[in-house]
Amino acid sequence: MAYPAATLVFLALIAVVIVLGFTAARWNAGNLEHIEEWGLGGRRFGTWVSWFLIGGDAYTAYTFIAIPALMFGAGAVGFFALPYTVLIYPILYLVFPKLWKVAHKYGYITGPEFVRGRYGNKHLALAIGLTGIFATMPYIALQLIGMQTVIGALGIPGHVPLILAFTVLAAFTYTSGLRAPAMIAIVKDLLIYLTVIVAVIVIPAELGGFGAVFAKIAPAKLLLAAPPAGSTGAYSGYATLALGSAMALFLYPHTTTGILSSSGPQVIRRNAVLLPAYSIMLGLLALVGYMAVASGVKDMPQFAAGFKQYGTSFAVPALVLEAFPGWFAGVAFGAIAIGALVPAAIMAIASANIFTRDIYSQFMPGSVASGEAKVAKLFSLVMVAGALVFILVIPTTYAVQLQLLGGMWIIQTFPAIVFSVFTRFFNGWALLAGWAVGIISATWLVALNHFAGSIWAFHVLGFTLPSYIALATVLLNAVVAAVLSLPMNAFCSDRAGDETRAEDYV
Amino acid sequence: MIKILLLLVFVMVLAVPFYNRLTPALFGFPFFYWFQIALVPVASLLIYIVYRVEHGGEK
Repeated sequence: MAYPAATLVFLALIAVVIVLGFTAARWNAGNLEHIEEWGLGGRRFGTWVSWFLIGGDAYTAYTFIAIPALMFGAGAVGFFALPYTVLIYPILYLVFPKLWKVAHKYGYITGPEFVRGRYGNKHLALAIGLTGIFATMPYIALQLIGMQTVIGALGIPGHVPLILAFTVLAAFTYTSGLRAPAMIAIVKDLLIYLTVIVAVIVIPAELGGFGAVFAKIAPAKLLLAAPPAGSTGAYSGYATLALGSAMALFLYPHTTTGILSSSGPQVIRRNAVLLPAYSIMLGLLALVGYMAVASGVKDMPQFAAGFKQYGTSFAVPALVLEAFPGWFAGVAFGAIAIGALVPAAIMAIASANIFTRDIYSQFMPGSVASGEAKVAKLFSLVMVAGALVFILVIPTTYAVQLQLLGGMWIIQTFPAIVFSVFTRFFNGWALLAGWAVGIISATWLVALNHFAGSIWAFHVLGFTLPSYIALATVLLNAVVAAVLSLPMNAFCSDRAGDETRAEDYV
Repeated sequence: MIKILLLLVFVMVLAVPFYNRLTPALFGFPFFYWFQIALVPVASLLIYIVYRVEHGGEK
């Protein structure tokens, strides 16, 4: 063992979490043979549990590794995570209390299910549901990569620890459902807050203060580059990245599940006020990337192998090992690894809910409601196993690229889900057409970027407008849906298919 | 119409040319960084005001 104290603390924390995961089934016990209990915790989490659950769900281990890594490598642009995670809260406040109410009234447990109820169109719901599952699979895989990075940093070689961790994940997800990540999220977030607070106090003190940290950053990386004439340059790139990411976040199946599992609209509204605490933490954590630059870990011989294998993702683990005593490095790594398990579990559960409600029960003959929970549990195993295979077989860079693409795809569900909470102007088939245009154009533009960049420079009337591809293409998607809805409403209206009522949305 | 405060959040957060500068610095943080961090509690407060006005009395 290269780091015995760190490894022991790390393993002890993981052990605690495994025990919690299995005992969670008995917490506020419900009948876990019912999918609303297994997959949505019975919709009874109050303000604080929801705070931990949604926070633990949205701010994932991958974020904790990738955002500081981006700051470490690219500088100021990595800070987009902050405006991004501020903008999610007005959206949360405006949209999701309404979605919760209608979902509660009609028993919907997924976003696509709401869309099916709203338009009476199971094909539109299928498209939305598949988008969610395909966007989630690489996301789970990236959680594994986050975990693999810290396990690797501890000097534990090979894939066996990862396989073990995910077998355990699959097992407690299967037995306890959403209660397991809800309970573990509390431990995870306390550890993460502890780690970040200690890091932003201790490390800058060792390096001579925040001023000294910023002084070590190359001036060109400290700010966004000023745009050239006739272009909005890095400014629009930064702003659209923040806005597009914010619009996409709560459309992911795992975040929708986190929100719908709360006990009511007021819990969601209060969390729109309280959850920004996580954004402060994320902002400080992003600066840990700069601390890694200032500390010079990149040129230390003991970390050369780590940087070679994991690239800039190794910046945070290297800094943790360098700056903290062994036992506290164990706490920090434990926090990151547990931070991978919580969202991974919710992602598997949320995808399983979608598979059961929007694919299996709609398209497989002979399905029965009483078998729902069983189907969902089995599919959660498929998701975890699939993500593991993903990591073991496919190179890491592909997982990163697919996750990038996943963000472009998931935002294409915005018109169908978010607009439908406010209006029934759209036609279901028009939304499906808009979705298809969005998915194809986004994928095409990302392919032109060789799956490496998420910004595309659009040329409009002699101006250059660099934009996050997801935002530009969802705009196109919405325009197509709106324009097609006009004639379709006139000639083949699907309003009669709406099982919800106007008063559900007040 | 108190919801207009939520629009204010978007305006402040997306005003990139305004905050893409180094000075005035605060506690060693260049403006770009401390301003965006400071926006978080401001946004939270604005959402809180909207919440209190619209739904403050509900359980």
